[in-house]
Amino acid sequence: MNHLYSSSHTIPLSDLPVGMQVQVLHLKATGLSRRRLLDLGLVPGTQIKILRKSPLGDPTAYEIRGASVALRKEEASNILVQPILNS
Amino acid sequence: MGLTNQSCGRALISQKFNISFNKEDFIIALAGNPNVGKSTVFNGLTGLNQHTGNWPGKTVATARGSYTHKDKKFILVDLPGTYSLFANSAEEQIARDFICFGNPDATIIVADATCLERNLNLALQVMELTDKVILCLNLMDEADKKGISIDIKQLEKELGIPVIPTAARKKLGLRALMDATYDVASKIKKPTPRKISYGNAIESEIQKIIPYLEKKLNNKLDPRWVALRLLEGDTTLLDSINAFLYENNSPLAYKEVAYAHEC
Repeated sequence: MNHLYSSSHTIPLSDLPVGMQVQVLHLKATGLSRRRLLDLGLVPGTQIKILRKSPLGDPTAYEIRGASVALRKEEASNILVQPILNS
Repeated sequence: MGLTNQSCGRALISQKFNISFNKEDFIIALAGNPNVGKSTVFNGLTGLNQHTGNWPGKTVATARGSYTHKDKKFILVDLPGTYSLFANSAEEQIARDFICFGNPDATIIVADATCLERNLNLALQVMELTDKVILCLNLMDEADKKGISIDIKQLEKELGIPVIPTAARKKLGLRALMDATYDVASKIKKPTPRKISYGNAIESEIQKIIPYLEKKLNNKLDPRWVALRLLEGDTTLLDSINAFLYENNSPLAYKEVAYAHEC
């Protein structure tokens, strides 16, 4: 995974627009927040679709493993992802 | 050296969780993610009609009910809905402590059949804690509507535990769930849950800590599971172990967490 992590395609999930499909590369979160993200099924390789943003832009709804999950910007910024091409 | 009430953890159930019961009764825990119809399964089994609201954290404390099946009385304990047992919140801690220290005769994990993968995280965590597990695959009617079909036999084989499809809202599958629960609680059937291997680095650390924990825990908790939590640095578990198993009598101390970290 290291070569992917250092690639220029690594973007915080919070920076991406609605409709995009991405794949998790790395979690920057630590401690309980990391545990929580892992419990949601966010491990490297997990696919996420950005569903919609709330009127003020935060939180954002994501499709993760068949469930829609709302994450705050501060949480999503700790999830480093890579866009899935040709999806 | 017979098993006393105390050593079985039965006394703990009445003391700590304030549940009164007959020695002959079976205690069954009902665990599951939020919003999978756990309370509907609870009501379906017990014939009660409580707690039917739908908002997060509805089941804050543990709700209780009972039913009789094959001349045995089952006390059903409805645990708060959680995604995990790693004590990120008060609800998770209640659920974890009951499954850990309440020593129920069986634990039913209620899972959402429309979203199975997400629900298996909790199932695997419960399977690490206890062998006496049944997976109730609820919302099968919803799954059907969505065109999802699940190979129940294969899932049973993969997990090593009984899997019962239900649609609790329509009262489908509840009889089979009672039968499976009876078989596990009365030890007619012994599930053999698949245990996750965490790779050489972690497994070798676990092996270092286990002999020490076996002495301390006295068979009351799965030493492998406690070892994993210690390696993770989970201090809330130590508080619970002290409160439930030792009453501050030669407790497991924080230095053991430090010990686990140093290994």
